Amino acid sequence: MGFAFLFLPLVALLVRAPWRGMGKLLSDSQVLTALRLSLECATAATAISLAVGVPLAWVLARTSFPGIQIVRALVTLPLVLPPVVGGLALLLALGRNGILGRYLDSWFGVTLPFTTAGVIVAETFVAMPFLVVAVEGALRSSDRDLEEAASTLRASRMTIFRRITLPLIGPSLLAGSALCWARALGEFGATITFAGNFPGTTQTMPLAVYQALESSPEAAIALSLVLLAVAVIILSVLRDRLRGSPGL
Amino acid sequence: MPRSARTAAALVAIAAASVTAGCASSSTGASTGTSPSSSAPSSAASSASGVTGTVTVLAAASLTEAFNTLAKQFEAANPSVTVKISYGASSALALQITQGAPADVFASASAKNMKQVTDAKLADSSTNFVKNVMEIAVPPSNPAHVTTVADLAKSGVKVALCQAQVPCGATAEKVFTNAKVTVKPVTLEADVKSTLAKVESNEVDAGVVYVTDVRSAGSKVKGIVIPADVNASTEYPIAALKKAPNAPAAKAFVDYVLSSAGSSVLSADGFEQP
Repeated sequence: MGFAFLFLPLVALLVRAPWRGMGKLLSDSQVLTALRLSLECATAATAISLAVGVPLAWVLARTSFPGIQIVRALVTLPLVLPPVVGGLALLLALGRNGILGRYLDSWFGVTLPFTTAGVIVAETFVAMPFLVVAVEGALRSSDRDLEEAASTLRASRMTIFRRITLPLIGPSLLAGSALCWARALGEFGATITFAGNFPGTTQTMPLAVYQALESSPEAAIALSLVLLAVAVIILSVLRDRLRGSPGL
Repeated sequence: MPRSARTAAALVAIAAASVTAGCASSSTGASTGTSPSSSAPSSAASSASGVTGTVTVLAAASLTEAFNTLAKQFEAANPSVTVKISYGASSALALQITQGAPADVFASASAKNMKQVTDAKLADSSTNFVKNVMEIAVPPSNPAHVTTVADLAKSGVKVALCQAQVPCGATAEKVFTNAKVTVKPVTLEADVKSTLAKVESNEVDAGVVYVTDVRSAGSKVKGIVIPADVNASTEYPIAALKKAPNAPAAKAFVDYVLSSAGSSVLSADGFEQP
């Protein structure tokens, strides 16, 4: 029952797909633009998540300070928060009248809404917790004796991180990054709320699917299949990579 | 180790669920749709006073304020009827109807979207009940000093428009053609109220919406009139749907909108007679 419920909609997508016109639908320049924008933004969001999310995961896993439980809860909040609420919150924080955004605008002339940077911000907000949670879990369960042994051999903290910690959490880091990337690729609610919808600058694939649904349902199905294929590839790659690995 | 395994399993579950949800929602456009619900409360025996039950109205977003008032008055005149209205882009509502949404009445902001419904043989005929013209809405402070349609084409002026397939987007496009300007918006919104919201929240410098939207927004936006020689209008057709779960109430509601009481509510909100 449960499986049928999860699987049937996907079958419907395949059954109703306009296979014959597929090439033409997907080679449309607007589709390619949306696809390229999606890939670029999801990759950028994942890169930012790695840059700021891994240190955050390290702090959460390896340090202890009053209120760490609250910080940990707040970090995972975007996982369960409806993305449209996240988008609204971003608008109130970083929009032209936002509590921080107004200074970005008046001091630097930077406004994030309606820009590609805004899309990346929205995707990072929604997707980074996936990476943080995965890496934090791996750091907690990884063997600290090895790090301590390296430390007694006078390895620097950077060397320890690079030579010991990183290889230990490697599979989780990879899995977390892949999930983060896939979530960013599928982001809709926060993006349309915070960054708006314009082909070439902020219209990513999910937004293009939503818009195509009203004018050309066939195109919407074709676009959806591309996103479905990407999701399936991500999950299957993850399975192969992670089979038998201790971190996950 | 088990803990992290569980975390990973949960993550995969979350990811899979969100992917599934996304695909499921887009596949509704694919299926020919479920048949209209037969469980609508229309089967209640009609009282002596005429219509009963619930009447479900799908109406263009620009009709929000006027139809909220009309619904209240209609309910006051017909105490045993409840009016439920779903507002959205006419193009989106037309799609819902052709996909089998159980609705009684469709009020569209353009003939084109009504035609999709009549072409699908889901309504016999429609009646144009009002028309609406466009106006430029700017935040009260008018940060980009917009005074004419041509100002919208200036670089650095952030403009929000409706998507081209939505009536307000198509009509705004006609205004630009008439004024011989090319406007490059920063965002294309799903319906006119979203476009208005972008202006109200001061995230854009201007939006092109209906005069009725500027009026309903009150002091939250400032209206800049588009001269009649370049302005464009759209006519609003209304129809009772053939598969209406509550056909008598559907007809009664349409009649009410077309009555003099209905048109006075609509005129009060700035709509023009067609």
